[in-house]
Amino acid sequence: MRSIWRTLGPVLLRDVAAVAAGAVVNGASFGAISVASGLPWWMPVIMSLLVFAGGSQFMAVGIVASGGSPAAAVLAGLVLNARHLPFGLAIGDVLGRNWLGRLIGSHVMIDESVAFAIVQRDPVRARAVFWACGASMFVAWNVGVVGGALIGQAIGDPAAFGLDAAFPAALLALVLPALRDAATRRAAVLGAVIALVSTPFLPAGVPVLLALVGLVAVGKPAKHDLPIALGENR
Amino acid sequence: MTLAAVIVLAAGTYGFRLAGPLLRNRIRLPQRVRDLMSTAATVLLVALVATASLTKGHEFAGWALPIGVAVGGLAAWRRFPFVVVVVLAAVTTAALRFAGV
Repeated sequence: MRSIWRTLGPVLLRDVAAVAAGAVVNGASFGAISVASGLPWWMPVIMSLLVFAGGSQFMAVGIVASGGSPAAAVLAGLVLNARHLPFGLAIGDVLGRNWLGRLIGSHVMIDESVAFAIVQRDPVRARAVFWACGASMFVAWNVGVVGGALIGQAIGDPAAFGLDAAFPAALLALVLPALRDAATRRAAVLGAVIALVSTPFLPAGVPVLLALVGLVAVGKPAKHDLPIALGENR
Repeated sequence: MTLAAVIVLAAGTYGFRLAGPLLRNRIRLPQRVRDLMSTAATVLLVALVATASLTKGHEFAGWALPIGVAVGGLAAWRRFPFVVVVVLAAVTTAALRFAGV
């Protein structure tokens, strides 16, 4: 561990710490919102430990909270998390070549750890920052979720405190950076319109999945330097 | 949300994560496919934001909710910290409801 900190240096360490601090707050919002939507306190906690992908967790809980089926929630969460496949292809041997490293490293492969690792030229530094970021994010996010879930239990009726507005606002904050790309914006707007128009007629949860039809608006290939979808857990 | 759903989501997500390191010497995803995957994630999230802030069940949610979300969105766009975005949205909606909107 000591050698990891030395390899990173103060600047990278500070950046990782800042991102992790954000994850505590974000995790606390997730825990509180989940419990306020009617889940028992341990559900968001288990979910965070096992899934460990903030965007999909918000998504799944949100779909169920609005009356959607768990199947629709899982499906949407999986589409959201499919981006981890290209992440794994992109970061190369950062996880190391031994099995234990791959098995554990895969679980802490998130937007942030990949983003930090992928910009390092030195493979030793890339590996060090991947593990430092992945491990501290795992601890920070889960500590935040436990705290938030316990706070959420004390709050009671979510509608009275406007907590049902907190959830879409949190998602919006997560997704905003990805909307700078024009093609992505077109697809997202078309998808949102499709979801809204179909909501009165379809079972809850299905309109959100139907929004994927909006992908036809992407048009010609856009240029991307990094396969980063969105900065979740900011 | 059920425990089974959480486990399926967790297993699938871990599968996506582990597949990259295991397959990287054997497959190569076209850039176009990678772009579509990341755009699909954004499309889903935006659709959820839209439906969660404008609808309740099969109907319009009333004005308090979307206005609160919009205020939060404005704060996010102005790069306010995450917690400020969330609290502003909740407080605005709660205040509007209290005022009878």
